[in-house]
Amino acid sequence: MAVKKKGAPRGKTSSAKTPLLILSSSPHFHSRVSTQRLMGDVLIALIPAVIAATVFYGPRTLLMLAVAIAVCVLSEYLARKVMQRPNTISDLSATVTAVILTLNLPIDMPLWQLALGCVAAIIVVKQIFGGIGQNFVNPAMTARLMLVTSFGSSFTRYSTPDFMIKHGLVDSVRSLSEVDAITSASPLTALKAGPAGVASAPSIKDMIFGLHSTAAIGETCTIAILIGLIWLLARRVIKIHIPLAFVGTVAVLSLLFSGFDFTFMLYQLLSGGLLFAAVFMATDYTTSPLTNKGKIIYGIGLGVITCLIRFWGNLPEGVSFSLILMNIFVPHIDNWTRTPIFGQKEAERLEKEAQG
Amino acid sequence: MSDKLPSGILRIVENNHGGVSPEHRKNTAGMKETSLPTPETVKIPMQMHIGAPCEPLVKAGDTVEIGDRIADSEAAVSAPIHASVSGKVKRITEIRNPADGGLVKAVEINADEEQKWRQDIKAPEIHSREDFIKAVRDSGLVGLGGAGFPTHVKLDIKAPAKADLLIANGAECEPYITVDDYCMQHQSDDLLAGIAACLKWIGIERCVIAIEDNKPEAIRALAEKIRSEREKYKAVDVMAMPADYPRGAEKVLIQNVSGRHVPLGKLPADTGCLVLNVTTLMFIGQYLRTGKPLVDKLLTVDGSAVGKAQNVRVPIGTRIGDVMEFCGGFSEQPALIMMGGPMMGLALSSPDYVVLKNNNALLALTEDDFIIDKEQECIRCAKCLDRCPMYLQPVSLMRAVRAGDAEKLQELGVMNCMECGSCAYICSAHIPLVQYIRHGKKILREAGGK
Repeated sequence: MAVKKKGAPRGKTSSAKTPLLILSSSPHFHSRVSTQRLMGDVLIALIPAVIAATVFYGPRTLLMLAVAIAVCVLSEYLARKVMQRPNTISDLSATVTAVILTLNLPIDMPLWQLALGCVAAIIVVKQIFGGIGQNFVNPAMTARLMLVTSFGSSFTRYSTPDFMIKHGLVDSVRSLSEVDAITSASPLTALKAGPAGVASAPSIKDMIFGLHSTAAIGETCTIAILIGLIWLLARRVIKIHIPLAFVGTVAVLSLLFSGFDFTFMLYQLLSGGLLFAAVFMATDYTTSPLTNKGKIIYGIGLGVITCLIRFWGNLPEGVSFSLILMNIFVPHIDNWTRTPIFGQKEAERLEKEAQG
Repeated sequence: MSDKLPSGILRIVENNHGGVSPEHRKNTAGMKETSLPTPETVKIPMQMHIGAPCEPLVKAGDTVEIGDRIADSEAAVSAPIHASVSGKVKRITEIRNPADGGLVKAVEINADEEQKWRQDIKAPEIHSREDFIKAVRDSGLVGLGGAGFPTHVKLDIKAPAKADLLIANGAECEPYITVDDYCMQHQSDDLLAGIAACLKWIGIERCVIAIEDNKPEAIRALAEKIRSEREKYKAVDVMAMPADYPRGAEKVLIQNVSGRHVPLGKLPADTGCLVLNVTTLMFIGQYLRTGKPLVDKLLTVDGSAVGKAQNVRVPIGTRIGDVMEFCGGFSEQPALIMMGGPMMGLALSSPDYVVLKNNNALLALTEDDFIIDKEQECIRCAKCLDRCPMYLQPVSLMRAVRAGDAEKLQELGVMNCMECGSCAYICSAHIPLVQYIRHGKKILREAGGK
């Protein structure tokens, strides 16, 4: 790219040290936003949920996180190596998958099962389809479903947070156990009985602060999840469309289902993986639609399928399956919801006027 | 259009879709104009505008004076070219067109000592619309905001299209560049005269001078001038706009100022709006006063590798290296030299290119000043969709280009991209989306689409 002038140089500084110049295509400036920064922001947004999980379930949370991150990052590194593709562990997406998957699992999940889930998420769901940006379903959620179907027994032991036992807060849980002593003491199971189940669920206040038993350690504390949401919105990592449409649809359908029982609706929103998934998993870039309209349709779809499973299905929770099902629709939603190009509506109106 | 402030300045309140906010870096704002001493030689290319290239009217050995018409074309879309220095034509040579790398003819003139204008230059007499359009053509004027479209063609709005609003584009939304700002502050008489002539001869009722609010001096100067002579300029208003990019893009500006959308496949003139850059309008006023054709340009020379940033007046055809040298040479090793602003400007392979009519800036940046990161995989963050002022889907276009899918490119409207660069600026995966899109346009053209 260094250009030498024919003949004698003009003998002046600028010609004398004609440098090698970059010939890039415009624009020559960049906002310096990067995948790494966005993923870093997601990790920061997950910190409150990690702290809450550690407080409620004890240090094993951190052990699980460490194992998951190590296995995910190593899987990503090795997969890229074997496929002879550029190394991508520095974009932090594997770390995000590790943290989200862990927070979706129960506290006493055997570590080898956790590791297996991590390998499935990174290698089977993500790398085999081409790595970041190419997977058509959410890696963490797919891995969770794989673990649920393979090691169902690990998920039926809904455990009571250590924190509650230590502080003598287990009464409400005990009473729940009596309602349904065989399977679990999860609020969602209690709600399976319809609005009547509300009576045997923990108080709304306990639900918000996280003083109740859950299947997954990250679902516990509503406040921690909302702090994460605020961070993601403030940093413009995600938009509100998907979480709002998702949670809003569940709220409306719960009201309709229960004959406008407001308490039942609140329990539906605060129970299970709904909020965690709405904030951290449904908003996954790769597996959600591009346009705002598409995001709203996607969120509504998630809400509808979640409610169908929760109200009429055999399973207590429908968030996981709704997410996977809606992931598959994303390319179609993208096609249906393309925004008209600037001036397209005006051009169509002119055409109509010309015809009629 | 929004409410009128007491000072008589209109203000746009709503934010338009898309766009980005690069740092303004208007380091040269408020600086005095400097003049480049006459260079030893100039090489004036025969193509400095959109349209047909000109043919030289002079040959080696001819003596020329400043303002002599040295090249012209019969084509409808073209603009004559004038000698920017006086002296002797050394030869008709060929130089590279920085836009496409192709060779264009150029007239090389060795400058003499005296540097005199041709004697018979006088202000043109205008009695009709035709006279006016011919005068603008004779002046050699092209769009000075950067596009370089021959101004007389733009003014000659063919019926049934009719303009009712003239928009004087003083947005100057590219970082660094301050020549329009300078023009609005210091050449407001010529600017307003140019506006008045366009309103009168083209038969337009109103003019809005649209300025980004990072140029408060220009806004104040023009608003005060208009207010002090309200009767004379009663058809003209000043409008302040939020300073973000690409506020000055023609379709965006029309929508901002008038609320009208240019229908897909139609021209801006079809909305009744005529958009001209403020420096272009100022030049019309100046030409009607003096009769001196377009032979020099005020350029913002700036960037981290430039010794002394300034706005310098330069004869057209001057070697860029000579301009840089006048501005203190390179203070540091430049990694990127370009014509125009950093968002849409053209990277140059050497300082041997020459200053063109439509240049408004020369920038030289050091390596630390910009980043060219490796292209990564798209994560579908959809930031490019949010930022596209034309509501296109850069990510989908990129995928269609990779697949070589001309049909899909047509469906996605690739040709409507104005290459403002907002998508690539914001892309988290650092994908050169504009480059993909340019390639996509080529794929579609080769497949016979449009």
